[in-house]
Amino acid sequence: MATLSHADMKPDLHGSDENLNVVPLRHYGRWIAAAAAIAALVGLVGSLAKNDNLHWNVVGDYLFAGLIFDGLATTLWLTAAAMALGLGLGTVIAVMRLSSSPILYGMSSLFVWAFRGTPLLVQIIFWGYAAALYSQIKIGVPFTGITFISWDTNSVLTPAVAALLALGLNEAAYTSEIVRAGIQSVDPGQAEAAHSLGMRPALTARRIVLPQAMRVIIPPMGNETINMLKMTALVSVIGAHDLMSNIQEVYAQNYQVIPMLVVASLWYLALVSLLSIPQAWLERRYGRGSARSQNIPVIQRMLGTTSTTLARRTKKEAGR
Amino acid sequence: MTTPMVQAKGVTKNYGKLEVLKGIDLTVERGQVCCLLGPSGSGKSTFLRCINHLEGIDGGTLTVDGDLVGYRRHGQKLHELREPEIAQRRRDIGMVFQRFNLFPHMTALQNVIEAPVNVAGIPRVQATQEAHRLLEQVGLADRADHYPAQLSGGQQQRVAIARALAMKPKLMLFDEPTSALDPELVGDVLDVMRNLAAEGMTMVVVTHEIGFAREVADTAVFMDEGVVVEAGDPRHVLVEPEQDRTRAFLSAVL
Repeated sequence: MATLSHADMKPDLHGSDENLNVVPLRHYGRWIAAAAAIAALVGLVGSLAKNDNLHWNVVGDYLFAGLIFDGLATTLWLTAAAMALGLGLGTVIAVMRLSSSPILYGMSSLFVWAFRGTPLLVQIIFWGYAAALYSQIKIGVPFTGITFISWDTNSVLTPAVAALLALGLNEAAYTSEIVRAGIQSVDPGQAEAAHSLGMRPALTARRIVLPQAMRVIIPPMGNETINMLKMTALVSVIGAHDLMSNIQEVYAQNYQVIPMLVVASLWYLALVSLLSIPQAWLERRYGRGSARSQNIPVIQRMLGTTSTTLARRTKKEAGR
Repeated sequence: MTTPMVQAKGVTKNYGKLEVLKGIDLTVERGQVCCLLGPSGSGKSTFLRCINHLEGIDGGTLTVDGDLVGYRRHGQKLHELREPEIAQRRRDIGMVFQRFNLFPHMTALQNVIEAPVNVAGIPRVQATQEAHRLLEQVGLADRADHYPAQLSGGQQQRVAIARALAMKPKLMLFDEPTSALDPELVGDVLDVMRNLAAEGMTMVVVTHEIGFAREVADTAVFMDEGVVVEAGDPRHVLVEPEQDRTRAFLSAVL
């Protein structure tokens, strides 16, 4: 058995121990991949810029056209209204799903099953053509023929209303699951503590449970809102005069499909980017008291630069 | 003769077929400290939670200061009250939990003023003054603006005690208040409870702290398998118990 002398165990050091330079591992593979990715991007942008079929002048002509703004207005109110309907109805359904009544639980499950289980496009077309199913909407006593008031379905269920119903009901099915998960994520001990202080169920929900559930609900709801903004494009199939419907109307006449899609994409991108700001703010507001969310500026969270900042700081400290 | 603060007569409670409480008789007089001891699963925490109706009971009667907490009596039947009515009766009964259950989205101060402002309708300024006084009483005057996540377990539990005291309860329930704490933090919480007892607060304490029970309790109650095995002066029950089961438990924990 060889004896290890003390000197053998020491690394071979030349010079003084204090002035050693640390050489981080070089990631050559990463550099090559990055260079390849940049080259590909430059190639793509270059070919697009040189491609005359893109017709940038058409994009410029229509980007701020009145028709586009009309469509944008519809897209925005449709998004807001469908999200409001989805959140309101979804919360009711979530509460039904958490109810101990088997009837309420069953009915809410049925709703979620039906509206999550069929394609949104099918639901939009269904609501758009619902007049073929019921030509009249009546309020009366069922099975008796007594009618208090009735409307012509086509006059009530305009494309915009049909679009709102389709998007809102579909959204409610998804939202109910998000809200339910949020409420269930709050420790039951929180409600017990509130009750033991004499707080009523409604006050407990408003002051204690929902604010904590919000932390779990807000991030996916932000995603849902962003998704909704883009899903409104689907209602162009029933001609609801949203942004996408109007874009389609234009390219049906001038055949400039690609430039018009660029116009649409630029607007959707701009709106989605704008929506990220209130989402980051809300996440911070409802993240109070959790260690992760403290003292990180909105912009930094939005751009997701916190980890890089941290890494840079660590590197700086290491370099000292 | 004054009405006892807590009076239980033949209280029973089942979870399905499992009998957790098999006829508990217990009286806690005003200003007294009653410690409930026993192995886990003995029903002592369940009984404590029945006192402020966090759990319903299946038989017997349970009164606090002469009032049924979760029920109204009609002849020979007890009808369960509606939640808002129960909430009204819980105001006077403070409770401290094993896992603190502070509201994590509120600072220590906000935790303490939450119920006085939103339940009792005390003006915010007045409630805040009172809250600062209570936080000082539990030794946390300088932690008023900290969130629970920024406090140690012992500090959180003392905020929880201040929060319960803010409703000026006539009875305080403690459910294993030191069981989730690091050993070196237990003392501070027990000190606060000791002072509270010295001030004459009526307290029911579920605890494993035999030393605290011996020193502070007026009555020690030893429970096992849903029954009261032995109750009385802690110097007897916890020093020279009459029942074998009590003796076995004490020799196991000491």
